[in-house]
Amino acid sequence: MMSEVHPREILICTIAKLLDGVRHVAVGASSPIPAAGAMLLRALKQQAGEKGPRISILGSVEHNFFTNGSAELFDCAGQGRIDAFFLGGGQIDGRGNINLVGTGDYPQTPVRWPGSFGSAYLYYVVPRVILFREEHTPRALVEKVDFISTPGVSDNGVYRSGGPIALLTSKALFRFDKTRPGFDLQSIHPGHDLAGIKDATGFQFAHESQPEQTALPDQQTLALLRGRVYDEVAETYPDFAAQMRREIERPLSHAS
Amino acid sequence: MVSDLRALAKYVEPGVRLALPVDYAGVSMAMTRPIMERNTRNLDLVCVPTGGLQVDQLIGAGLVRSVETSAVSLGEAGGAPRFNAAVKDGAIALKDATCPAIHAGLMAAQKGSPFMPMRGLIGSDLLRHRSDWHVIDNPLADGSDPIVLIPAIKPDITIFHAPMADRYGNVWIGRRRELAAMAYASATTLVTVERIVDDSLLANEMSAAGVLPALYVTEIAVAPKGAWPYGLWGEYPTDTAEILRYARAARSAEGFADYMTNAQMEPA
Repeated sequence: MMSEVHPREILICTIAKLLDGVRHVAVGASSPIPAAGAMLLRALKQQAGEKGPRISILGSVEHNFFTNGSAELFDCAGQGRIDAFFLGGGQIDGRGNINLVGTGDYPQTPVRWPGSFGSAYLYYVVPRVILFREEHTPRALVEKVDFISTPGVSDNGVYRSGGPIALLTSKALFRFDKTRPGFDLQSIHPGHDLAGIKDATGFQFAHESQPEQTALPDQQTLALLRGRVYDEVAETYPDFAAQMRREIERPLSHAS
Repeated sequence: MVSDLRALAKYVEPGVRLALPVDYAGVSMAMTRPIMERNTRNLDLVCVPTGGLQVDQLIGAGLVRSVETSAVSLGEAGGAPRFNAAVKDGAIALKDATCPAIHAGLMAAQKGSPFMPMRGLIGSDLLRHRSDWHVIDNPLADGSDPIVLIPAIKPDITIFHAPMADRYGNVWIGRRRELAAMAYASATTLVTVERIVDDSLLANEMSAAGVLPALYVTEIAVAPKGAWPYGLWGEYPTDTAEILRYARAARSAEGFADYMTNAQMEPA
Protein backbone atom coordinates (compact mmCIF):
# COMPACT_ATOMS: atom_id res chain seq x y z
CA MET A 1 0.00 0.00 0.00
CA MET A 2 1.43 3.31 -1.03
CA SER A 3 1.39 6.35 1.20
CA GLU A 4 -1.28 8.95 0.52
CA VAL A 5 -0.99 11.30 -2.42
CA HIS A 6 1.06 14.41 -1.67
CA PRO A 7 -0.64 17.74 -2.62
CA ARG A 8 2.18 18.50 -5.04
CA GLU A 9 1.73 15.13 -6.70
CA ILE A 10 -1.83 16.17 -7.53
CA LEU A 11 -0.39 19.27 -9.21
CA ILE A 12 2.15 17.22 -11.16
CA CYS A 13 -0.51 14.76 -12.35
CA THR A 14 -2.88 17.61 -13.28
CA ILE A 15 -0.13 19.21 -15.36
CA ALA A 16 0.50 15.91 -17.16
CA LYS A 17 -3.21 15.82 -18.11
CA LEU A 18 -3.20 19.43 -19.30
CA LEU A 19 -0.23 18.64 -21.53
CA ASP A 20 -1.76 15.53 -23.12
CA GLY A 21 -1.24 15.58 -26.88
CA VAL A 22 1.63 18.10 -27.08
CA ARG A 23 4.66 17.30 -29.26
CA HIS A 24 7.09 19.73 -27.64
CA VAL A 25 6.83 21.40 -24.24
CA ALA A 26 9.30 23.98 -22.94
CA VAL A 27 9.82 24.52 -19.22
CA GLY A 28 11.45 27.62 -17.76
CA ALA A 29 14.34 27.67 -15.30
CA SER A 30 13.60 26.71 -11.66
CA SER A 31 10.26 25.05 -12.46
CA PRO A 32 10.43 21.57 -10.94
CA ILE A 33 6.66 20.89 -10.75
CA PRO A 34 5.96 21.75 -14.42
CA ALA A 35 9.06 19.76 -15.42
CA ALA A 36 7.85 16.78 -13.39
CA GLY A 37 4.41 17.04 -15.04
CA ALA A 38 5.97 16.98 -18.51
CA MET A 39 8.22 14.06 -17.57
CA LEU A 40 5.25 12.15 -16.15
CA LEU A 41 3.33 12.58 -19.41
CA ARG A 42 6.35 11.33 -21.37
CA ALA A 43 6.68 8.31 -19.06
CA LEU A 44 2.95 7.49 -19.36
CA LYS A 45 3.08 7.74 -23.15
CA GLN A 46 6.18 5.59 -23.38
CA GLN A 47 4.64 3.02 -21.05
CA ALA A 48 1.74 2.86 -23.54
CA GLY A 49 4.20 2.32 -26.39
CA GLU A 50 3.98 5.86 -27.76
CA LYS A 51 6.81 8.31 -28.33
CA GLY A 52 5.83 10.97 -25.82
CA PRO A 53 6.56 14.69 -25.98
CA ARG A 54 9.91 16.34 -26.50
CA ILE A 55 10.81 18.33 -23.36
CA SER A 56 13.12 21.36 -23.35
CA ILE A 57 14.17 22.53 -19.91
CA LEU A 58 15.79 25.94 -19.99
CA GLY A 59 19.00 26.17 -18.02
CA SER A 60 19.54 22.39 -18.25
CA VAL A 61 22.36 21.01 -20.38
CA GLU A 62 20.89 17.51 -20.49
CA HIS A 63 17.32 18.41 -21.50
CA ASN A 64 18.11 21.16 -23.95
CA PHE A 65 18.22 20.74 -27.72
CA PHE A 66 19.16 24.30 -28.60
CA THR A 67 22.51 25.22 -30.17
CA ASN A 68 21.69 28.75 -31.30
CA GLY A 69 21.92 30.61 -27.99
CA SER A 70 19.05 31.97 -25.94
CA ALA A 71 17.27 33.32 -29.05
CA GLU A 72 16.46 29.84 -30.35
CA LEU A 73 13.62 29.11 -27.92
CA PHE A 74 11.80 32.22 -29.17
CA ASP A 75 12.49 31.50 -32.84
CA CYS A 76 11.21 27.97 -32.25
CA ALA A 77 8.05 29.27 -30.55
CA GLY A 78 7.46 31.90 -33.22
CA GLN A 79 7.27 29.18 -35.87
CA GLY A 80 4.83 27.07 -33.84
CA ARG A 81 7.44 24.46 -32.89
CA ILE A 82 6.58 24.72 -29.18
CA ASP A 83 3.11 23.56 -28.17
CA ALA A 84 3.11 24.29 -24.46
CA PHE A 85 4.86 26.53 -21.94
CA PHE A 86 4.36 27.64 -18.33
CA LEU A 87 4.11 31.16 -16.98
CA GLY A 88 3.81 32.38 -13.42
CA GLY A 89 3.49 35.96 -12.30
CA GLY A 90 3.70 38.16 -9.25
CA GLN A 91 0.11 39.07 -10.13
CA ILE A 92 -2.37 37.28 -12.39
CA ASP A 93 -5.76 38.89 -12.98
CA GLY A 94 -9.23 37.73 -13.98
CA ARG A 95 -8.63 38.55 -17.67
CA GLY A 96 -5.47 36.42 -17.76
CA ASN A 97 -3.14 39.42 -17.71
CA ILE A 98 0.24 38.75 -16.07
CA ASN A 99 2.48 41.12 -14.12
CA LEU A 100 6.11 40.12 -13.70
CA VAL A 101 7.43 43.68 -13.20
CA GLY A 102 6.21 45.02 -9.85
CA THR A 103 3.46 46.56 -7.74
CA GLY A 104 2.37 50.18 -7.74
CA ASP A 105 3.05 52.82 -10.36
CA TYR A 106 5.67 52.02 -12.98
CA PRO A 107 8.56 52.72 -13.31
CA GLN A 108 9.25 53.58 -9.65
CA THR A 109 7.55 50.43 -8.37
CA PRO A 110 7.88 50.06 -4.58
CA VAL A 111 8.12 46.30 -5.03
CA ARG A 112 10.12 45.32 -8.08
CA TRP A 113 10.14 41.78 -9.47
CA PRO A 114 12.83 40.61 -11.91
CA GLY A 115 10.99 41.50 -15.12
CA SER A 116 8.90 40.15 -17.98
CA PHE A 117 11.47 37.67 -19.40
CA GLY A 118 10.06 36.15 -22.63
CA SER A 119 6.40 36.39 -21.58
CA ALA A 120 5.46 39.28 -23.89
CA TYR A 121 6.20 37.01 -26.83
CA LEU A 122 5.63 33.41 -25.72
CA TYR A 123 2.11 34.16 -24.36
CA TYR A 124 1.12 35.25 -27.88
CA VAL A 125 2.60 32.39 -29.88
CA VAL A 126 2.56 29.23 -27.73
CA PRO A 127 -0.88 27.55 -28.16
CA ARG A 128 -1.13 26.00 -24.68
CA VAL A 129 0.20 28.28 -21.98
CA ILE A 130 -0.45 26.95 -18.48
CA LEU A 131 -0.45 29.57 -15.75
CA PHE A 132 1.09 27.97 -12.70
CA ARG A 133 1.24 29.73 -9.35
CA GLU A 134 1.22 27.70 -6.13
CA GLU A 135 0.37 30.74 -4.02
CA HIS A 136 -3.40 31.16 -4.19
CA THR A 137 -4.09 34.42 -2.34
CA PRO A 138 -5.85 37.71 -3.12
CA ARG A 139 -2.46 39.41 -3.52
CA ALA A 140 -1.33 36.95 -6.24
CA LEU A 141 -4.70 36.50 -8.00
CA VAL A 142 -5.95 40.07 -8.36
CA GLU A 143 -8.86 41.80 -10.03
CA LYS A 144 -6.53 43.90 -12.20
CA VAL A 145 -2.74 43.71 -12.47
CA ASP A 146 -0.68 46.85 -11.73
CA PHE A 147 1.41 46.32 -14.88
CA ILE A 148 0.62 44.20 -17.94
CA SER A 149 3.80 42.31 -18.79
CA THR A 150 1.68 40.37 -21.24
CA PRO A 151 -2.10 40.36 -21.82
CA GLY A 152 -4.44 37.38 -21.51
CA VAL A 153 -6.30 38.21 -24.70
CA SER A 154 -5.71 40.46 -27.71
CA ASP A 155 -8.00 42.65 -29.80
CA ASN A 156 -9.36 41.25 -33.06
CA GLY A 157 -6.80 41.66 -35.82
CA VAL A 158 -3.78 41.25 -33.54
CA TYR A 159 -1.70 38.16 -34.39
CA ARG A 160 -2.34 35.67 -31.61
CA SER A 161 -1.77 31.96 -32.17
CA GLY A 162 -1.32 31.26 -28.46
CA GLY A 163 -2.47 32.15 -24.97
CA PRO A 164 -3.59 30.80 -21.61
CA ILE A 165 -5.64 27.61 -21.40
CA ALA A 166 -5.62 27.06 -17.64
CA LEU A 167 -4.55 28.39 -14.25
CA LEU A 168 -3.33 25.87 -11.71
CA THR A 169 -2.73 26.81 -8.05
CA SER A 170 -2.21 24.92 -4.81
CA LYS A 171 -5.97 25.07 -4.23
CA ALA A 172 -7.70 24.68 -7.59
CA LEU A 173 -7.68 24.32 -11.37
CA PHE A 174 -9.33 26.95 -13.57
CA ARG A 175 -9.91 26.85 -17.31
CA PHE A 176 -9.54 30.08 -19.28
CA ASP A 177 -12.42 31.17 -21.49
CA LYS A 178 -11.00 33.68 -23.94
CA THR A 179 -14.45 34.65 -25.28
CA ARG A 180 -15.57 36.27 -22.00
CA PRO A 181 -12.61 36.60 -21.19
CA GLY A 182 -12.31 35.03 -17.75
CA PHE A 183 -11.62 31.95 -15.67
CA ASP A 184 -14.00 29.02 -15.04
CA LEU A 185 -13.38 26.96 -11.94
CA GLN A 186 -12.78 23.42 -13.19
CA SER A 187 -12.00 21.54 -9.99
CA ILE A 188 -10.98 22.02 -6.37
CA HIS A 189 -8.06 20.11 -4.87
CA PRO A 190 -8.74 17.83 -1.87
CA GLY A 191 -8.91 19.71 1.41
CA HIS A 192 -10.32 22.94 -0.06
CA ASP A 193 -13.85 24.19 -0.71
CA LEU A 194 -15.64 26.74 -2.87
CA ALA A 195 -16.04 29.33 -0.09
CA GLY A 196 -12.32 29.15 0.67
CA ILE A 197 -11.44 29.48 -3.03
CA LYS A 198 -13.65 32.56 -3.31
CA ASP A 199 -11.98 34.16 -0.28
CA ALA A 200 -8.53 33.45 -1.66
CA THR A 201 -9.21 34.73 -5.19
CA GLY A 202 -9.11 38.45 -5.94
CA PHE A 203 -11.07 38.14 -9.20
CA GLN A 204 -14.57 36.91 -10.10
CA PHE A 205 -14.78 33.51 -11.77
CA ALA A 206 -17.50 31.25 -13.13
CA HIS A 207 -18.26 27.99 -11.34
CA GLU A 208 -20.77 25.17 -10.91
CA SER A 209 -22.84 25.24 -7.73
CA GLN A 210 -21.11 22.00 -6.66
CA PRO A 211 -17.64 22.04 -8.25
CA GLU A 212 -15.80 18.78 -8.86
CA GLN A 213 -12.83 17.66 -6.84
CA THR A 214 -9.53 17.45 -8.73
CA ALA A 215 -8.95 13.82 -9.70
CA LEU A 216 -6.30 11.88 -7.80
CA PRO A 217 -3.79 9.81 -9.75
CA ASP A 218 -4.41 6.08 -10.01
CA GLN A 219 -1.91 3.66 -8.42
CA GLN A 220 -0.16 2.93 -11.71
CA THR A 221 0.44 6.63 -12.42
CA LEU A 222 1.57 7.23 -8.86
CA ALA A 223 4.03 4.34 -9.06
CA LEU A 224 5.50 5.71 -12.29
CA LEU A 225 5.78 9.17 -10.76
CA ARG A 226 7.49 7.90 -7.61
CA GLY A 227 9.87 5.68 -9.53
CA ARG A 228 11.09 6.70 -12.96
CA VAL A 229 9.85 10.30 -12.96
CA TYR A 230 11.44 11.39 -9.67
CA ASP A 231 14.68 9.77 -10.90
CA GLU A 232 14.53 11.90 -14.05
CA VAL A 233 13.53 15.02 -12.12
CA ALA A 234 16.51 14.50 -9.81
CA GLU A 235 18.95 15.00 -12.70
CA THR A 236 17.85 18.63 -13.04
CA TYR A 237 16.25 19.36 -9.65
CA PRO A 238 18.00 17.11 -7.08
CA ASP A 239 16.78 19.08 -4.06
CA PHE A 240 13.15 18.99 -5.20
CA ALA A 241 13.20 15.24 -5.94
CA ALA A 242 14.81 14.49 -2.57
CA GLN A 243 12.27 16.68 -0.77
CA MET A 244 9.32 14.96 -2.47
CA ARG A 245 10.69 11.53 -1.61
CA ARG A 246 11.19 12.56 2.03
CA GLU A 247 7.70 14.03 2.35
CA ILE A 248 5.80 11.09 0.84
CA GLU A 249 7.39 8.86 3.47
CA ARG A 250 5.72 10.92 6.19
CA PRO A 251 2.03 10.81 7.16
CA LEU A 252 0.00 13.31 5.11
CA SER A 253 -0.78 15.52 8.10
CA HIS A 254 2.91 16.46 8.25
CA ALA A 255 3.46 16.81 4.51
CA SER A 256 3.59 20.05 2.50
CA MET B 1 46.55 40.99 -28.52
CA VAL B 2 46.48 39.54 -25.02
CA SER B 3 46.09 42.40 -22.56
CA ASP B 4 45.47 42.69 -18.85
CA LEU B 5 42.09 43.43 -17.32
CA ARG B 6 42.86 47.08 -16.53
CA ALA B 7 43.85 47.70 -20.15
CA LEU B 8 40.49 46.28 -21.23
CA ALA B 9 38.63 48.43 -18.70
CA LYS B 10 40.05 51.60 -20.33
CA TYR B 11 37.65 51.09 -23.22
CA VAL B 12 34.75 51.62 -20.85
CA GLU B 13 34.38 55.41 -21.04
CA PRO B 14 31.65 57.35 -19.24
CA GLY B 15 28.31 57.23 -21.05
CA VAL B 16 29.00 54.16 -23.20
CA ARG B 17 26.29 51.64 -24.08
CA LEU B 18 27.56 48.37 -22.62
CA ALA B 19 26.15 44.93 -23.49
CA LEU B 20 26.49 42.11 -20.94
CA PRO B 21 25.38 38.47 -21.28
CA VAL B 22 22.87 36.36 -19.32
CA ASP B 23 24.28 34.63 -16.23
CA TYR B 24 24.71 31.16 -17.78
CA ALA B 25 26.30 32.28 -21.07
CA GLY B 26 29.69 33.50 -19.81
CA VAL B 27 29.74 36.63 -17.65
CA SER B 28 33.15 38.28 -17.28
CA MET B 29 32.86 38.84 -13.53
CA ALA B 30 36.65 39.41 -13.54
CA MET B 31 36.06 42.71 -15.37
CA THR B 32 33.60 44.08 -12.79
CA ARG B 33 36.28 45.28 -10.36
CA PRO B 34 38.56 46.93 -13.01
CA ILE B 35 35.53 48.83 -14.38
CA MET B 36 34.61 50.01 -10.87
CA GLU B 37 38.18 51.16 -10.21
CA ARG B 38 37.87 53.59 -13.11
CA ASN B 39 34.60 54.93 -11.66
CA THR B 40 33.17 55.43 -15.15
CA ARG B 41 29.62 56.72 -14.72
CA ASN B 42 26.46 57.08 -16.79
CA LEU B 43 26.72 53.64 -18.29
CA ASP B 44 23.75 52.50 -20.38
CA LEU B 45 23.53 48.75 -19.85
CA VAL B 46 21.98 46.30 -22.30
CA CYS B 47 21.32 42.90 -20.70
CA VAL B 48 21.30 40.08 -23.26
CA PRO B 49 18.59 39.23 -22.56
CA THR B 50 18.62 39.38 -18.72
CA GLY B 51 21.04 40.60 -16.06
CA GLY B 52 22.31 39.34 -12.73
CA LEU B 53 25.20 39.79 -10.32
CA GLN B 54 27.44 41.96 -12.53
CA VAL B 55 24.57 44.30 -13.42
CA ASP B 56 23.56 44.55 -9.76
CA GLN B 57 27.13 45.38 -8.71
CA LEU B 58 27.61 48.08 -11.38
CA ILE B 59 24.29 49.64 -10.30
CA GLY B 60 25.26 49.39 -6.62
CA ALA B 61 28.51 51.22 -7.40
CA GLY B 62 26.50 54.11 -8.89
CA LEU B 63 27.95 53.70 -12.39
CA VAL B 64 24.70 53.05 -14.26
CA ARG B 65 22.38 55.59 -15.89
CA SER B 66 19.95 53.23 -17.60
CA VAL B 67 19.22 49.52 -17.96
CA GLU B 68 17.59 47.88 -20.97
CA THR B 69 16.63 44.37 -19.90
CA SER B 70 14.02 41.60 -19.84
CA ALA B 71 14.76 40.91 -16.18
CA VAL B 72 17.38 41.39 -13.47
CA SER B 73 17.67 38.75 -10.75
CA LEU B 74 20.13 36.61 -8.84
CA GLY B 75 18.35 33.41 -9.89
CA GLU B 76 18.05 30.97 -7.00
CA ALA B 77 19.44 33.64 -4.66
CA GLY B 78 16.36 35.80 -5.31
CA GLY B 79 15.89 39.40 -6.40
CA ALA B 80 18.78 41.68 -7.34
CA PRO B 81 19.01 43.94 -4.25
CA ARG B 82 20.82 47.01 -5.65
CA PHE B 83 18.78 46.97 -8.86
CA ASN B 84 15.54 46.77 -6.87
CA ALA B 85 16.64 49.62 -4.58
CA ALA B 86 17.67 51.79 -7.55
CA VAL B 87 14.26 51.21 -9.18
CA LYS B 88 12.45 52.17 -5.98
CA ASP B 89 14.58 55.33 -5.60
CA GLY B 90 14.23 56.25 -9.26
CA ALA B 91 18.06 56.28 -9.51
CA ILE B 92 18.19 54.50 -12.89
CA ALA B 93 16.16 54.85 -16.07
CA LEU B 94 14.39 51.61 -17.06
CA LYS B 95 13.87 50.23 -20.52
CA ASP B 96 11.90 47.10 -19.68
CA ALA B 97 11.88 44.64 -22.57
CA THR B 98 11.12 41.02 -23.34
CA CYS B 99 13.90 38.54 -24.25
CA PRO B 100 13.18 38.18 -27.99
CA ALA B 101 13.00 41.99 -28.38
CA ILE B 102 16.61 42.27 -27.17
CA HIS B 103 17.60 39.52 -29.60
CA ALA B 104 15.67 41.24 -32.39
CA GLY B 105 17.42 44.57 -31.76
CA LEU B 106 20.84 42.92 -31.87
CA MET B 107 19.85 41.00 -35.01
CA ALA B 108 18.89 44.24 -36.74
CA ALA B 109 22.27 45.75 -35.84
CA GLN B 110 24.06 42.62 -37.04
CA LYS B 111 22.42 43.01 -40.45
CA GLY B 112 22.96 46.75 -40.64
CA SER B 113 19.17 47.20 -40.74
CA PRO B 114 17.37 49.99 -38.86
CA PHE B 115 14.86 47.68 -37.16
CA MET B 116 13.45 44.17 -36.91
CA PRO B 117 9.70 43.44 -36.88
CA MET B 118 8.46 41.24 -34.04
CA ARG B 119 5.23 39.49 -33.04
CA GLY B 120 3.79 39.76 -29.53
CA LEU B 121 4.00 42.89 -27.35
CA ILE B 122 0.79 44.58 -28.59
CA GLY B 123 -1.48 45.38 -25.64
CA SER B 124 1.33 45.09 -23.07
CA ASP B 125 2.49 47.88 -20.77
CA LEU B 126 6.04 47.13 -21.95
CA LEU B 127 5.12 48.53 -25.36
CA ARG B 128 3.21 51.45 -23.82
CA HIS B 129 6.34 52.57 -21.95
CA ARG B 130 8.76 52.17 -24.89
CA SER B 131 8.58 55.29 -27.07
CA ASP B 132 11.44 53.87 -29.17
CA TRP B 133 9.34 50.85 -30.26
CA HIS B 134 6.88 51.51 -33.08
CA VAL B 135 3.75 49.72 -34.28
CA ILE B 136 3.14 49.66 -38.04
CA ASP B 137 0.61 47.88 -40.21
CA ASN B 138 2.27 44.92 -41.95
CA PRO B 139 2.56 46.22 -45.55
CA LEU B 140 2.63 42.64 -46.92
CA ALA B 141 -0.71 41.60 -45.39
CA ASP B 142 -4.07 41.86 -47.17
CA GLY B 143 -5.98 43.14 -44.16
CA SER B 144 -4.92 45.04 -41.08
CA ASP B 145 -2.02 43.36 -39.25
CA PRO B 146 -0.27 45.50 -36.64
CA ILE B 147 3.32 44.51 -35.84
CA VAL B 148 6.01 46.04 -33.61
CA LEU B 149 9.32 47.35 -34.96
CA ILE B 150 12.30 47.00 -32.62
CA PRO B 151 15.09 49.46 -33.48
CA ALA B 152 18.62 48.14 -33.91
CA ILE B 153 20.55 47.84 -30.66
CA LYS B 154 24.13 48.96 -31.34
CA PRO B 155 26.20 48.68 -28.16
CA ASP B 156 29.47 50.59 -27.97
CA ILE B 157 31.03 47.72 -26.07
CA THR B 158 30.32 44.04 -25.39
CA ILE B 159 32.13 42.23 -22.57
CA PHE B 160 31.96 38.47 -21.95
CA HIS B 161 33.97 35.50 -20.68
CA ALA B 162 34.71 32.29 -22.60
CA PRO B 163 36.73 29.12 -22.03
CA MET B 164 39.45 29.79 -24.58
CA ALA B 165 40.88 31.86 -27.37
CA ASP B 166 43.72 31.02 -29.74
CA ARG B 167 46.79 33.20 -30.20
CA TYR B 168 45.25 34.61 -33.38
CA GLY B 169 42.43 36.20 -31.43
CA ASN B 170 39.66 33.72 -32.31
CA VAL B 171 37.36 32.93 -29.37
CA TRP B 172 35.60 29.64 -28.60
CA ILE B 173 31.90 30.33 -27.82
CA GLY B 174 30.46 26.85 -28.51
CA ARG B 175 26.68 26.89 -28.63
CA ARG B 176 26.39 30.23 -26.79
CA ARG B 177 25.54 32.02 -29.99
CA GLU B 178 24.16 35.09 -28.20
CA LEU B 179 27.80 35.99 -27.53
CA ALA B 180 28.37 36.15 -31.29
CA ALA B 181 25.17 38.16 -31.75
CA MET B 182 26.43 40.69 -29.19
CA ALA B 183 29.86 40.94 -30.84
CA TYR B 184 28.38 41.33 -34.34
CA ALA B 185 26.25 44.23 -33.11
CA SER B 186 28.91 46.02 -31.03
CA ALA B 187 31.59 48.51 -32.08
CA THR B 188 34.06 47.03 -29.57
CA THR B 189 34.17 43.52 -28.09
CA LEU B 190 36.29 42.70 -25.03
CA VAL B 191 36.72 39.08 -24.06
CA THR B 192 38.25 37.40 -21.02
CA VAL B 193 39.17 33.72 -21.29
CA GLU B 194 40.31 30.88 -19.07
CA ARG B 195 43.28 30.17 -21.34
CA ILE B 196 44.97 30.82 -24.68
CA VAL B 197 45.71 27.88 -26.95
CA ASP B 198 48.47 27.76 -29.57
CA ASP B 199 46.66 26.09 -32.44
CA SER B 200 44.14 28.03 -34.51
CA LEU B 201 40.57 27.19 -33.46
CA LEU B 202 39.54 27.74 -37.09
CA ALA B 203 41.93 25.06 -38.40
CA ASN B 204 39.72 22.24 -37.10
CA GLU B 205 36.28 21.83 -38.70
CA MET B 206 34.90 20.39 -35.45
CA SER B 207 35.69 23.57 -33.51
CA ALA B 208 35.39 26.17 -36.29
CA ALA B 209 31.58 26.46 -36.18
CA GLY B 210 31.71 27.31 -32.46
CA VAL B 211 34.25 30.10 -32.93
CA LEU B 212 33.78 33.86 -32.87
CA PRO B 213 36.43 34.96 -35.40
CA ALA B 214 39.06 37.56 -34.44
CA LEU B 215 37.38 39.88 -36.97
CA TYR B 216 34.81 40.76 -34.29
CA VAL B 217 37.12 40.70 -31.25
CA THR B 218 38.85 43.89 -30.10
CA GLU B 219 40.93 42.68 -27.12
CA ILE B 220 41.38 39.51 -25.09
CA ALA B 221 42.71 39.06 -21.55
CA VAL B 222 43.34 35.88 -19.58
CA ALA B 223 41.31 35.58 -16.38
CA PRO B 224 41.26 32.08 -14.84
CA LYS B 225 37.91 31.40 -13.13
CA GLY B 226 36.88 34.71 -14.70
CA ALA B 227 33.13 34.02 -14.46
CA TRP B 228 33.22 33.23 -10.73
CA PRO B 229 31.00 33.14 -8.73
CA TYR B 230 29.01 32.35 -11.86
CA GLY B 231 29.86 29.07 -13.53
CA LEU B 232 31.18 28.64 -17.04
CA TRP B 233 29.66 26.08 -19.41
CA GLY B 234 31.82 23.01 -19.81
CA GLU B 235 34.30 24.31 -17.21
CA TYR B 236 32.98 24.84 -13.67
CA PRO B 237 29.65 25.15 -11.82
CA THR B 238 28.10 28.23 -10.24
CA ASP B 239 29.19 28.98 -6.67
CA THR B 240 25.66 29.41 -5.33
CA ALA B 241 26.85 29.88 -1.73
CA GLU B 242 28.87 32.96 -2.76
CA ILE B 243 25.93 34.46 -4.68
CA LEU B 244 23.72 33.89 -1.62
CA ARG B 245 26.39 35.61 0.50
CA TYR B 246 26.27 38.61 -1.83
CA ALA B 247 22.45 38.61 -1.89
CA ARG B 248 22.35 38.83 1.90
CA ALA B 249 25.07 41.47 2.18
CA ALA B 250 23.75 43.74 -0.57
CA ARG B 251 20.29 44.20 0.97
CA SER B 252 21.57 47.56 2.25
CA ALA B 253 23.85 50.10 0.56
CA GLU B 254 26.28 49.77 3.48
CA GLY B 255 26.26 45.98 3.26
CA PHE B 256 26.94 46.21 -0.45
CA ALA B 257 29.87 48.62 0.04
CA ASP B 258 31.26 46.39 2.76
CA TYR B 259 30.98 43.30 0.55
CA MET B 260 32.69 45.00 -2.38
CA THR B 261 35.53 46.24 -0.14
CA ASN B 262 36.11 43.13 1.92
CA ALA B 263 34.82 40.09 0.09
CA GLN B 264 37.42 38.15 -1.75
CA MET B 265 37.21 38.86 -5.43
CA GLU B 266 38.49 35.47 -6.51
CA PRO B 267 37.43 31.92 -5.84
CA ALA B 268 38.93 30.25 -2.80
